[in-house]
Amino acid sequence: MFHSLAAAISDAESRGLRLSDVALELEARDQGRPVAEIRDALGRALHIMRDAIARGAVGDLKSNSGLVGGDAAKLRTGPAGPLSGTPFRDVLMRALAVQEVNAAMGVIVAAPTAGGAGVLPAVLTGLADARGVPDELVIDALATAGLIGAVVAERASLSGAEGGCQAETGAAAGMAAGAAVEMLGGSPRQCGHAVALAQQGTLGLVCDPLGGLVELPCVFRNATGAAIALAAVEMALAGIEFAIPADEVIDTMGQIGREMDVRYRETAGGGLAATPTGRRLARERLHQLKKR
Amino acid sequence: MVSILDIIGPVMVGPSSSHTAGACRLGLLARNLVGGTPQRAHCELHGSFARTGEGHGTDKAIVGGLMGFRPDDDRLRSALEIAEGEGLAYTFEKTKLGEENEVHPNTVRITVERDGRTSVMTGSSLGAGRVLVTEIDGYPVEVHGNHHTIALVAEDIKGSIARITGLLAEDGVNIATLRVSRQHRGGDAFMVIEVDEQPGEMVRDHIRALPWVRWSVRLDKVSS
Repeated sequence: MFHSLAAAISDAESRGLRLSDVALELEARDQGRPVAEIRDALGRALHIMRDAIARGAVGDLKSNSGLVGGDAAKLRTGPAGPLSGTPFRDVLMRALAVQEVNAAMGVIVAAPTAGGAGVLPAVLTGLADARGVPDELVIDALATAGLIGAVVAERASLSGAEGGCQAETGAAAGMAAGAAVEMLGGSPRQCGHAVALAQQGTLGLVCDPLGGLVELPCVFRNATGAAIALAAVEMALAGIEFAIPADEVIDTMGQIGREMDVRYRETAGGGLAATPTGRRLARERLHQLKKR
Repeated sequence: MVSILDIIGPVMVGPSSSHTAGACRLGLLARNLVGGTPQRAHCELHGSFARTGEGHGTDKAIVGGLMGFRPDDDRLRSALEIAEGEGLAYTFEKTKLGEENEVHPNTVRITVERDGRTSVMTGSSLGAGRVLVTEIDGYPVEVHGNHHTIALVAEDIKGSIARITGLLAEDGVNIATLRVSRQHRGGDAFMVIEVDEQPGEMVRDHIRALPWVRWSVRLDKVSS
């Protein structure tokens, strides 16, 4: 796989290909498997993503601890807001739905991680359904997202314990933004700007789950992560270019992660987890978990 | 090398790819060392594994992996109860396996025991369900579980690599990567061989029976 997005983008542009084409080509070579087989696997992932969205959208799930669940449905059936009827509201609903399934120990696709698993399916399927994009193109976009995530894994990190939430929902937002831009007809170069635009908006984001559980704020941070991805998609497709290349934004994320205090890296020692209410809720819920 | 399908995946039971799916894969790798579900397992949790493991089901995931459950297996949710029925006695200990900047925050040392065979493995969950085994039975290794892997320690004799690769070729096993290192001339040679096909019991026994092989293990692929 590529170590830099710049290399992937220039390879794609010089041959008149999309990022997904070069990603699939390279994956096929690395893994010694035909492209069709890799696309099949991505197709199964898409299927599970859609299942998780449908499952979470029902609104009857509660997490292990009872801290989260049922909020995705409110965006479906609750009172209207200024963004009702737009893909924006639907994307938020989908992000919450997947994360509510995850928190209830349901089956999801970790993309790139379980804690950030809501962003990518929400943005891709939400925009695809709104624009009538066929599944074939959504599957290609998943390959592009995989390439972006692989570069982030090589250059920085995809682990909240290493890099905070910027490495989970932040990386997911970058992957989703770049992938969605390709899916909607953007150039590889525009994909790169979308990654940079999304990732710059999540730099420094801490991982501070109450009681260390992937529940609160994780569920909501997937929705806000998806919102940042949508902002990046809109800007990149409008032709806006971000001056710092995506690779350097990714490196910055890695650097900030390495310098981040351990309290903000999934240990529940700081951030929202350490607020008076955060501590009280975690204590109460963990106590209940042990009793069961 | 990171694969697209490692990033868009694994398909897994929530809630955490590093604390649940990665932990399960480390359990699966440790299971290999004793050739099946261990009768006893002691798991020393380090860093974030120790601090937030319980809430993420890390204990359930490791124990499930030790029993051969994969990360998308619904049974992970009740792995601790199932272990009792399977005769797997497990213990967990929260510990510090090294300094903050030397040991990955999600690390576990698992000691497994089965039919009188004991093995110790240290591994880390790197994020996104990816894992890295760093030590087996006191030997430093680097095993990601993306391939079937054979690790061995041999006396530094001429032709040892040819002999091992020959055995694999006879078994129809194709080598993906081969790393050989040794401390000094005439010292023990350490080999980590990643292969495309799962090596059969025969080839493993053959390697183990070579008089100049001091130690060898086979680890099956755990990625999807």
